[in-house]
Amino acid sequence: MKFDRIMIRYGEMALKGKNRRAFEQKLQSNIAIKLKKYSNTTIQKTQGRMYVLLNGEDPHQVMKECQEIFGIHSLSFAVKIEKDEEEMKGAALLAFQDAKGARTFKISSKRTDKTFPIPSQEMNPLLGGHILRHTEGVTVDVHNPDVEIKVEVRHEGCYVTAQDYPGAGGLPVGTTGKSLLMLSGGIDSPVAGYLTMKRGVEIEAIHFHSPPYTSERAKQKVIDLAQELSKFGSKVKIHVIPFTGVQQTIHREMPEGYSMTIMRRMMMRISERIAERNGLLSITTGESLGQVASQTMESMNTINEVTNYPIIRPLVSMDKIEIIDISRTIGTYDISIRPFEDCCTVFVPKSPKTKPTREKANYYESNVDFNGDIEKALQESYIIEVSPDEHTGQEEDDFDDLL
Amino acid sequence: MIYLDNSATTHPHPEVLNSFQKVADQYYANPSSVHSFGSEAERLLDRSRKQAAQILNVAPQEVIFTSGGTEGNNMAVKGIALQHQSRGKHLITTQIEHPSVMEAFRALETLGFDVTYINVDRNGKVNPDDIKNAIRPDTILVSVMSVNNEVGTIQPVRQIGQFLRSYPKVFFHVDHVQGLGKVDLSIKEWGIDLCTLSGHKIHGLKGTGALIKQPHVTLFPLLHGGSQESEVRAGTENLPGTVAFVKALRLLNENLEQKVAHLAEMRQVLWKGLEERASYMINSPEDGAPHILNFSIPKYKPEVVIHALGEEGIFISTKSACSSKQPDVSAVLKACHLDYERTTSALRVSLSTLNEMDEIHTFLRKLDQTVENLKATMG
Repeated sequence: MKFDRIMIRYGEMALKGKNRRAFEQKLQSNIAIKLKKYSNTTIQKTQGRMYVLLNGEDPHQVMKECQEIFGIHSLSFAVKIEKDEEEMKGAALLAFQDAKGARTFKISSKRTDKTFPIPSQEMNPLLGGHILRHTEGVTVDVHNPDVEIKVEVRHEGCYVTAQDYPGAGGLPVGTTGKSLLMLSGGIDSPVAGYLTMKRGVEIEAIHFHSPPYTSERAKQKVIDLAQELSKFGSKVKIHVIPFTGVQQTIHREMPEGYSMTIMRRMMMRISERIAERNGLLSITTGESLGQVASQTMESMNTINEVTNYPIIRPLVSMDKIEIIDISRTIGTYDISIRPFEDCCTVFVPKSPKTKPTREKANYYESNVDFNGDIEKALQESYIIEVSPDEHTGQEEDDFDDLL
Repeated sequence: MIYLDNSATTHPHPEVLNSFQKVADQYYANPSSVHSFGSEAERLLDRSRKQAAQILNVAPQEVIFTSGGTEGNNMAVKGIALQHQSRGKHLITTQIEHPSVMEAFRALETLGFDVTYINVDRNGKVNPDDIKNAIRPDTILVSVMSVNNEVGTIQPVRQIGQFLRSYPKVFFHVDHVQGLGKVDLSIKEWGIDLCTLSGHKIHGLKGTGALIKQPHVTLFPLLHGGSQESEVRAGTENLPGTVAFVKALRLLNENLEQKVAHLAEMRQVLWKGLEERASYMINSPEDGAPHILNFSIPKYKPEVVIHALGEEGIFISTKSACSSKQPDVSAVLKACHLDYERTTSALRVSLSTLNEMDEIHTFLRKLDQTVENLKATMG
């Protein structure tokens, strides 16, 4: 006997009153996109729940994929069987064995179909006894079991579900609007993107590329990061901004202590323009407070002056260690630590002002006309689109015949 | 030529050779070089790693490319022992491991490690309970091969992995060199921490392979130097070899079920043929791997039989190639409790998917003739 479906419970989403239908539909389509490569799977929606019918696909692989989808509270393997005592025993045992290392269990039966001859009170010892007979050193614990096996006898058949696997939580991506993520190659910004997506936001990314000060590999790193993020949604568009011109002008014309602040103000201005052009209503950054010289309250205040778009800073309350933990879990850490310079590190001034002011920044900027550089950067910007299963390197196709 | 020594090594697939040649010619840059030519090579390496990971159902960062089975086995066994010796110095393995595992353990004994070599039964099979009973508080490693290279016994790796889950401090290494593409193995589900693979046993090239290492496992590296392969194996990456290995893996996985069925069918015919003849004694277990059949012709010196068959263009072997140069008794067969006559007269036929059924019939016929011809001197 094998599991033939995965049961999906949505948490917070179920509370969303009127929007619920739209949320459910979005979740269903996100699941469908995510499971595209498991072409036999189908999705079934019932009252307050969804089932992924496996139709022969590998349960554990599909489970792994589903665990990355936002808007799901928890998941369980399940099997639908005939209302037959022997089949039910087999399914209960399967459900127990799925919980590797479990030593105690509990059976919770429910009989909706009262025509079924065994009442639920008798079902528990019957199925539990079967498990005990086929295992060693396992006991029943109704208060604090390692695994709870749920058996539900309904009119259309009997469902047996095994242990709960945690879902990714949050809201289905695409249900709460779009944001532009400022994506450098570092550890923070992908985590910021991930956390924003968790709240149902669809992400587009913006990346500032300054050849030859930064290499193609730095760009590839960003592409790879965006691809990791796309696993939690569907596609991610990266707006690549050629930034060399702006950066050279800053380096040449601005006082060194302010070059970092002003560079970030320029990035913010360009980001707002890209957001506006693409109907994105906010900007997301990986900024945190007090980590490095530029991330002070003064710095944030001065940089923020140039835009009145909402800026989402999911990391502002987090410690570095927490951020690193998340980046490891979501698979961006190993990409982020690849040793290539990104545009933030090449032009780093020796001693950036930790307490810049709006007044001074405005004063310095007023001495030079940046418009030409900014317009040129916007004009020459281009889009790279990534999705989880497509390869994104420029010449990956060349490799296909080699591999 | 009839080549029946595929457990020693296999004929490289032409497409594998083609990839090797192309990569050696066109992507010769060092993947660690900063320039774009280097980054191209690095991307190809990354891509290879991803593809290998996908085929093996593990994560890309869990794939460490190596120079083959011997390196992978040494890296795993010595790497665990040296890295975790502060936690305990007791190691467990079996009596029928490949020399690259066995000798690594023997070497560790000289460094003060305590090694338990678990007995096997007549079929060469280890009993998981024996391993369980051997575990002590200071045990840090269990190493068991998936398929024995001399007789083809399939070890109960799954069961061993399962009970080892209750011993989180004991690492589990599996030498899967002979098993790859022949028997089922699921690294993640079976709780395998380290798994050795080799390229040239699957129609890839010598000097290629991988060690699969779960993320929670740390190893003391055999090779120190640059930060290649997650700092576990320094040295400029063998990109052509790696690509060739991954290509061989992919080709292996095409129609895998049919391939295994083809092997099993040939082995079955061979088995029947040998069984019918009273002078041959089969040493392999009937439920062994589909590509290995070990048998003895008591009193016939195996080298002589091999040379005689060689003159007919048929190539088989005695013991494993790695230990063939040492004299006489097969340690593996001895561990299987076979008598002296059988352990000193063993021959191994090992199949690949390139073999045809005709070749099996021809082999049986020629073997009979050879034995007949040698009867006067040895029989």
